[in-house]
This record gives sequence, C-alpha cells and structure tokens, in this order.
Amino acid sequence: MASILSVRDLEKTYDGGFQALKSVSLEIEQGEVFALLGPNGAGKTTLISTICGLVQSTGGSVTVGGYDAEKDYRAARKLIGLVPQEMPTAPFEIVGDTVALSRGLFGLRPDRKLVEKILKDLSLWDKRDGPIKSLSGGMKRRLLVAKALAHEPKILFLDEPTAGVDVELRRDMWRLVSDLKAQGVTIILTTHYIEEAEEMADRVGVINKGEIILVEDKDELMRKLGRKLLKLSLTAPLSEVPPELARHDLTLSEDGTELTYTYDSQADRTGITTLLSDLSAAGVHFQDLQTDQSSLEDIFVDLVKRD
Amino acid sequence: MNFEAIKAIYVSEMARTRRTLMQSVVSPVISTVLYFVVFGAAIGSRITEVDGVSYGAFIVPGLIMMSLMTQSLSNAAFGIYFPQFTGTIFEILSAPVSFFEITVAYVGAAATKSIIVGAVILITASFFVPLEIQHPVWMVAFFVLTSVTFALLGFIIGIWADNFERLQFVPLLIVTPLAFLGGSFYSISMLPEFWQKVTLLNPVLYLISGFRWSFYGQADVSLWLSLLATMVFLGGSLAVVHWIFKTGYRLKP
Ligand SMILES: Nc1ncnc2c1ncn2[C@@H]1O[C@H](COP(=O)(O)OP(=O)(O)OP(=O)(O)O)[C@@H](O)[C@H]1O
Ligand SMILES: [Mg+2]
Repeated sequence: MASILSVRDLEKTYDGGFQALKSVSLEIEQGEVFALLGPNGAGKTTLISTICGLVQSTGGSVTVGGYDAEKDYRAARKLIGLVPQEMPTAPFEIVGDTVALSRGLFGLRPDRKLVEKILKDLSLWDKRDGPIKSLSGGMKRRLLVAKALAHEPKILFLDEPTAGVDVELRRDMWRLVSDLKAQGVTIILTTHYIEEAEEMADRVGVINKGEIILVEDKDELMRKLGRKLLKLSLTAPLSEVPPELARHDLTLSEDGTELTYTYDSQADRTGITTLLSDLSAAGVHFQDLQTDQSSLEDIFVDLVKRD
Repeated sequence: MNFEAIKAIYVSEMARTRRTLMQSVVSPVISTVLYFVVFGAAIGSRITEVDGVSYGAFIVPGLIMMSLMTQSLSNAAFGIYFPQFTGTIFEILSAPVSFFEITVAYVGAAATKSIIVGAVILITASFFVPLEIQHPVWMVAFFVLTSVTFALLGFIIGIWADNFERLQFVPLLIVTPLAFLGGSFYSISMLPEFWQKVTLLNPVLYLISGFRWSFYGQADVSLWLSLLATMVFLGGSLAVVHWIFKTGYRLKP
C-alpha cells in the first residue's frame, strides 16, 4: 500500500531545552488505522502537533500525501483533520456555527447539507442552535470530531479520543472509526487503553521518551502474543512435575499446588486434550482451572519498562 | 489566498460581537452620553465656544477618536488573545491559513466593530449638538485609517500579552491618557505655551487634530502632519506584524 504520511527523522526540542521527539520516523499507509501507544509524556501529542503544524519542528521532515508539510503547508493541511487531546472550545459559540467555521478555515464554501449530516451522525443535531457551553463533556468531544470532519479530511488524527469517556461513548467512537475507515479515511489515534488498540488498529506503534520503539502489524503482534496459559489448581500438592507429563510444557508453582501449561492458542492443536487425559492417567487431579492470555498490555509494559 | 478562511474567521468574530452587543455597542454610547453631560453641559456652560465652534460640538471628533482607538485596540487584542487563552487557536494554526490571512480577518473584524461604534457615537452626538462635516472624504479616511491602525496595534498586543493585565495595560494606561491629554476636550491653543510644546510630543494629538479638521476646518497642527502621523502609526504596526510573521513569535511553541 502507498504511504500517505511519512515522517522522517522528526525532532522537536522545546524552548526550555527539553527534547520531546528524538529522530522519529514513521510511514502511515493509506486507509489504515494506526494506534500510537505510549506512557504519559512519551511525546504522542508533540508528534501529532508537529505533523499538524501546531508545534514548530526542530529537525526532520513530514510529507502528507506527497506534499511537504512546511513548504506546501496548504495542500498538506487540507488532507488532515485533528481532534486534539485537550478539548478547547469557545464557550459562547453556537454549535452549528463552529462546525461551519471549521469548514471555512479550510478554504471550502459553506455546505449546509454536509454540516447537517455530520452533526446528525454524531448525535449533535438537536444541539445545533445552542452554545457550546451547553454541551456535556462527551458531546464536546463529539463536537470536536464534527469540526475535524467538516472539511472531509483524508487523514484524521484522534489524540486520546476516549479519555474520560463512558463505555457507551467509547463504543460509539470505535464505530465511528470503523465507519470512517470504510470510507477510506486514514486514522491515527493515540490511546492509553490497550484494548482500544486491539479493537481498532491495523498497526500499532509504541513511543517512549520521544522515540518510536516498536511498529508492528497488530495481528502479527497478537499472534506473537497469542500464547495462552492454562492454570490448574491441584487437589493435592506435588513435589515435582510427574515424569509421565514431561512431554508437556508444564511448570509447577513453588508451593506445588498449581500447574501452569503454556500453549499457542492460534495453533491447530493446542494439546489440551492430551494433557488432560495424561493428567488423569498420571493420577493428578485438579479442583479448578483458568486460562490467561498475554495481551498488548503486557508487551507494552514490558517494552516501556525495559529501559 | 484563502478567502473562505478570512471570511469564516471574520464572520465568527462578528458573531461574537453580536452576542455581546450590549457591551460592545451600548456601553460606549452610554459613556459618550456621559461625556456630553459632564464636559458639554457642565464645562460647556463656561466655555461656550472654541474657535467659533460650540464647545459641545467641538469635543465630538475627540470623543469619537478616543472610542475608535480604545475600541480597536481592545477588540483586536481580545480577539486574538482569547483563542490562545482557550486553546481554540489550534484550529486556525492547523488549517491552511497564512499568518497574513489571520491578521486580515482579526484586524478587519476589530476595525469593523469600532467603526460601527464610532458611527453610533456620531449619530448619538448629532442629537445633542449641531454637527457639521466640512471634509467628509477626509473624515472617512481618518476614521477608517485610525480604526485599522489601532486594530493592528491591538492584534500585536493580543499576541504579545500572556495575561489579562497586559491585555488591558496599553488601552487603559497609555492610549486613554494620551487621548485625554491630546486635545480631545480642548484646543492646545488654550494651554500655556510650555504645555503646548509638551503636548506636541503626544502622537495622539495629531490624529485628533486631523480628524477635527475634517469636521470644522480648524486644527492644532497641519493636516499633512496629521496624515503623516497616521501613516507612521500604520507603518510601524505593519512592520511589527511583518516581524511576527517572519519569526512565528509566540503563536507556536
Ligand atoms: N509546550 C511545551 N513546552 C515544553 N515542554 C513541553 C511542551 N509540550 C510538551 N512538553 C513536554 O514534552 C513531553 C512530551 O509531551 P506530550 O504532550 O507530547 O506527551 P504525550 O505522549 O502526549 O503524553 P500524554 O499521554 O500525557 O498526553 C513531556 O515531557 C512534556 O512535558
Ligand atoms: Mg498527549
């Protein structure tokens, strides 16, 4: 697939001397959903802001749809919509007007039909004549999405779209992302919720201390992570794994009351059936069992802790 | 040139003005009426005429000038400061809009608003005193040039200010006193000679003088000096805006 956004050796050192981005390079493919993960202060917002022109880079380059983001900033920015992490709004502005303003800023003629459709899609149509301050927090978030969509961008940045949002709204946001993706919009989102990346993303990138430390296809990543654990609580403790069970990948807990079996959940044969029959043949009985799956969360925590 | 963006910002700024119609238009009118009561009625009963013009009519150009200057300054300063304060400026900075276009839109909106206020004051004044405008073209020229110039200055202040005190500082502590001392309410010929010389150092005097000339054909300084002063203000403001544009000062971290 063609890359629609490429970031090359992007650097940002803030005025105080703090280096928030250290030579970040990233290729975003047309039509994909890319999730950028990273702890607080990792540089996610700085990266997005630099790409969108809110923060002046101190090195490197960004091209959007083939246009240099600085030299050809008009052409580049027309392709981009941004929903920032903070929710800055002018409290007294009218909901419908503010969406129309967003469209105008991108040099486009007013389009009532489109604004109506966007507001309806985001369940804000009833609120169109009210001031922004009359909206709830979740509605404001949706309004910012509406504003970002008003110029029909090809690339949408969502900086923590579901921070502080209830479960229902989070589901709505996920649905919105998949609808937009179906329309061919490329989406780059940041999140702290790993399940969100698992749910929505095609690819996942992890950033820490201003450096991209991993970019991976999500399914690939999940396959790597597809290892599952089966934990058996034994009725009677064992001193060691019985030799007749040696061919299974088993570990015994220190107190001898729990056996853990590691297997690949994606494999054709998980080996669980044979394990269970071998267990009863060996006279090992258990009173309870549970499975555990390593998640993106685990690898994320692992990666970030590593340094 | 992104005309749609200029229009969008301008329209949204004017909508803000409409929402705050009371403060933006009614309050300057009320304060002007108060000036009339205080200066026109109270002082006017003692000073009946200045150079052949009734005192009430004499102060009208000065009053309008003073409102134009303070209104343009604070409207433009607030107009660009507020989005930085709330963070909504992000939308403009991430849009395909140049700094020049941003300036045109904000300065245009602020100037429009103060022109409206000035016109309302002029109309209000015409109910109190007999007005005469000898040089209407010059009058309009000074009117518009002053509004635009001070809106530019206000725009600069709004970008420079990082708190509300700074935002108010220039309009309240510099321009208002200069306007008072610059012959809004008197002709400098009424001052002792020493103070006449001092007052000539006040740049605002030249603006007021030129504007008053367009009404009554009489001035403290020559028309060309007035025009020159206006142009110097305008040129200076444009130069600073150009510098901000070149350096990206303050708008982006
Ligand atoms: N305007 C600024 N001036 C100086 N330093 C800044 C500025 N903005 C951000 N930083 C610093 O840059 C680093 C990265 O910040 P950034 O907002 O990009 O993090 P983030 O990954 O978005 O974090 P979060 O998950 O909390 O939103 C932080 O250490 C922050 O303190
Ligand atoms: Mg952030």
